[in-house]
Amino acid sequence: MGEHTVSSFDEELGEIDRLIRDMGDLSGAMTRASTNALLNSDTALAQRVISDDTIMDAKQRDLDERAITLIAKRQPMAQDLRSVVGAIRMAADLERIGDLAKNIAKRVSAVGQSATPRTLAHSIDAMAGLVLHQVNAVVEHYVKRDAEALIRLRDEDEKIDIQYTSVFRELLTYMMEDPRNITSCTHLLFCAKNLERIGDHVTNIAENAYYVVTGEQLPVQRPKLDETQMTVDADA
Amino acid sequence: MNMLTDAAVEEALDASQKPRPLKMRGENVRVFYGEKQALFDVNLDVLENQVTALIGPSGCGKSTFLRCLNRMNDTIDICRIEGRITLDEQDIYDPRIDVVELRARVGMVFQKPNPFPKSIYENIAYGPRIHGLASKKAEFDEIVESSLQKAGLFNEVKDRLHEPGTGLSGGQQQRLCIARAIAVSPEVILMDEPCSALDPIATAKVEELIDELRENYTIVIVTHSMQQAARVSQRTAMFHLGNLVEEGPTDKMFTNPDDKRTQDYITGRFG
Repeated sequence: MGEHTVSSFDEELGEIDRLIRDMGDLSGAMTRASTNALLNSDTALAQRVISDDTIMDAKQRDLDERAITLIAKRQPMAQDLRSVVGAIRMAADLERIGDLAKNIAKRVSAVGQSATPRTLAHSIDAMAGLVLHQVNAVVEHYVKRDAEALIRLRDEDEKIDIQYTSVFRELLTYMMEDPRNITSCTHLLFCAKNLERIGDHVTNIAENAYYVVTGEQLPVQRPKLDETQMTVDADA
Repeated sequence: MNMLTDAAVEEALDASQKPRPLKMRGENVRVFYGEKQALFDVNLDVLENQVTALIGPSGCGKSTFLRCLNRMNDTIDICRIEGRITLDEQDIYDPRIDVVELRARVGMVFQKPNPFPKSIYENIAYGPRIHGLASKKAEFDEIVESSLQKAGLFNEVKDRLHEPGTGLSGGQQQRLCIARAIAVSPEVILMDEPCSALDPIATAKVEELIDELRENYTIVIVTHSMQQAARVSQRTAMFHLGNLVEEGPTDKMFTNPDDKRTQDYITGRFG
């Protein structure tokens, strides 16, 4: 896409894009750090995630302000309009990812010094890896304006859902085996749920990014799996 | 509850998808000013009771095309037109067509308000009089009032109908010109940048008026304001260097146009 006749218009759009990238990087880092902090009972790291969330909020406010000023000043059209509106929506999802990472980090002090046994933590670690990959990839594909990759990425959220179901089952088994596991497993369960919801926000971002890039809406919903309900029913 | 029944939803969908009747059509329209070709094979349909906006950078041919629709280009000696333009499937360049009658059916509003140097009343009554649409004073009174009503001007001028039209504000003058165009009961109204000389409030009033007029008239508007085209029209046609680049529903043209030139123009990348 060529440059605008008014070059400051390009600069303003560039600034908004830069903030999306920043927020994307930050949300990835927060997701990784919060899970690590929980698994290793690292309160210092958890504290850092909590303070990073303030930075995330500030960036979102900055982006919103710039986007609204740009709309008022430039009346953007076509792909410019899509990218500004898309940025506002993507920033809201990225900010929510920050909140969810913060929620995970806040559990660290609740769990206390009793570090989670590695055996319990293994599958949740794998889930965090999946989610982290999605968070990093979605902003990368957006920056490259790669519509095909965004569709694939949206479909991959299913893997997270499957992983969540398996984490749920696993933790349930540990709790049944030994009631002393219940406290830490419950915290891990919340952590897993938050990771799963981060995945949902990534899906939203992918859908918005796809719209910004192509001007088309993706089909309404891919099939959604949640087998945790069935597991409980079966055991009841 | 305000749940729509399936039948109602389907009916609403049908209404929105039903093709509207064709009012005017340009087929392979080519226009030359002397040696210089200003329009190249333009094919464009104007649908009934819709506002069609013509956009494009200066010199792209949009006003030239507009002026072909009621043969205003006939007044330019060196202007030559090829191709076919129809109104209700009738060729308007057919030699048997009475141009004066054509211009009564296809009225025009110009960029600058140009009221006659007569009273407000006479500005409106003039057209119906020369076209013989009325003879008694009561009939003229009726036409003047209803035209001013439709143009949303009556309440502002009802106490001074016999004062000069040129004494009104710019926005009122433009609505007076629209009332004047309506007075001869046209079917199509052509507007050539009708708001470019007006302030934002007067512009808003004219835009509101355009939206109301759509119910009874077919409107074609040339505008340099992208936002105005997006606000008032249902269909938009984009011209560039004498070619029709792209034409389609306004919503799509301003959010996701197909042609790169349209994209560049509406986003401010050239022009």
